[in-house]
Amino acid sequence: MDLVEFLVKTVTIVAVFGLTLVIAMYSTWAERKVAGFIQDRSGPNRAGWGGLLQPLADAGKMFFKEDFIPALANKWLFIAGPSLAMLTALLASAVIPFGSTFRIAGHEVPLQGVESNIGILYVFGVVALGVYGIMVGGWASNNKFSLLGAIRAASQNISYEVAMGLSLIAILMMSSSLSLGEIVAQQHGMNWNIFYQPLGFIIFITCSFAECNRVPFDLPECETELVGGYHTEYGSMKLGFYLFAEYINMFISSAIISVLYFGGYNYPGMDFVYAQLVKALGSETGHNIATLIGTAVFFGKALFFVFFYMWVRWTIPRFRYDQLMNLGWKKLIPLAIFNIIITGAAVLFLKPVITAWLN
Amino acid sequence: MNSAVSFFYFLSFLTILSAVMVVVSRNPIHSVLYLILTFFTLSGHYILLNAQFLAAVNIIVYAGAIMVLFLFVIMFLNMKQDQEESKTNLTKIAATIVGGTVFVILFGAYRKTAIEPFNPQTYDSQIGMIESLGHMLFRDYLLPFELASILLLVAMVGAVLLGKREIGERHF
Repeated sequence: MDLVEFLVKTVTIVAVFGLTLVIAMYSTWAERKVAGFIQDRSGPNRAGWGGLLQPLADAGKMFFKEDFIPALANKWLFIAGPSLAMLTALLASAVIPFGSTFRIAGHEVPLQGVESNIGILYVFGVVALGVYGIMVGGWASNNKFSLLGAIRAASQNISYEVAMGLSLIAILMMSSSLSLGEIVAQQHGMNWNIFYQPLGFIIFITCSFAECNRVPFDLPECETELVGGYHTEYGSMKLGFYLFAEYINMFISSAIISVLYFGGYNYPGMDFVYAQLVKALGSETGHNIATLIGTAVFFGKALFFVFFYMWVRWTIPRFRYDQLMNLGWKKLIPLAIFNIIITGAAVLFLKPVITAWLN
Repeated sequence: MNSAVSFFYFLSFLTILSAVMVVVSRNPIHSVLYLILTFFTLSGHYILLNAQFLAAVNIIVYAGAIMVLFLFVIMFLNMKQDQEESKTNLTKIAATIVGGTVFVILFGAYRKTAIEPFNPQTYDSQIGMIESLGHMLFRDYLLPFELASILLLVAMVGAVLLGKREIGERHF
């Protein structure tokens, strides 16, 4: 790998990393604004215009608070918990395709950290690791409530991972590729997977709510039963990391949803816009501007799902724990298996008939 | 020494170190965490061998699911370091003998194996990629693959039967 390529990759990865952090930061602001709107009040509006500097103020407060470690806690694991939560949350952004390619002096630079032929498996692996941050932190706190929160988080994540993986299988059967870039490219021309996989989409989004520990599945931090859940003993920036990791997870899973089901950077009339731009501005500038529009569309879709997370949070009450487990194991998993069978039958029998009829 | 070889040595050192730490650690939670680290470094070895699918599956299955259950159980056991009554001298001697025997067997097997020489010109570097792995599994090894899936299905049915509540049994 020559130096230029290495530098380009480094810049892409740092840009993706920074963007993820900034979006997660402003999600905290957006969440309070949405909460305010839904509950008919203003939300944060003191720091900066419309409260836009509120996340910075919060970060400053978190950093300057006393960094307290309980006397009987396992010190190293207590620190490792939030670090692991942040690490696993940020890892997944590396393989998400944010747009098609930039053309700089004849070189095609993909707007994606790493293009890998196992992209979706990588994301799934990182999601599977997300539970360690919570488990390690909850256990190391040496507090029964923290431990119970950690155990709940672990069992919930494991249960919903199964249904999530099964709903992904249906997508993989249709695209016959595990690369996220390839899956997006196949959805070109309003060929979005949501039209073929509505059931799979509903299963996937339910499971991603559970994986992010968001309402209505936020049992691990259920205040009425568990004080504060797995982060009862945490304060200052360590608590900040836990809360921040949740927002990063939200953005990443929204991005994954828009990549898998809503065509990523594809939008209707894309070819027409591309042709017009290339005709007007030349193959280099026109191509780059078309890519930027696609990226903006991608972020629009992803941010809509971030909003959807918040919308649900202030609308639906929390599940009871046995309801959560029954939903995961007895409803979502059989539904996902049913979805796989239907998809398999459609790919094998229906698709040849329709293609023959269309031709 | 090129970068791949030096990276291999670094990774091997890390693997062996974390594997030793699994055995040496007094605290069972630390042991489990070191075991997870061992799985990660093993996945690094798979990536060095260009077997990305195996690396990802190793992480998902072992680090992501099985080790979470290990951690789960150990957290509930609440083991204290002074409650080590099970480690008598007899078990220590038995463990040493068993471990030594396994080591001798593995070492003997290692000395007997002859690694096939390969030709760098004709070697297919894409052999560990998921596409070729899928072709291999579903064409050449279809029957063993299906038999393994039936085995897993049987195990799953068994687990469901064990976990099922008997009629009339109290639950809360």
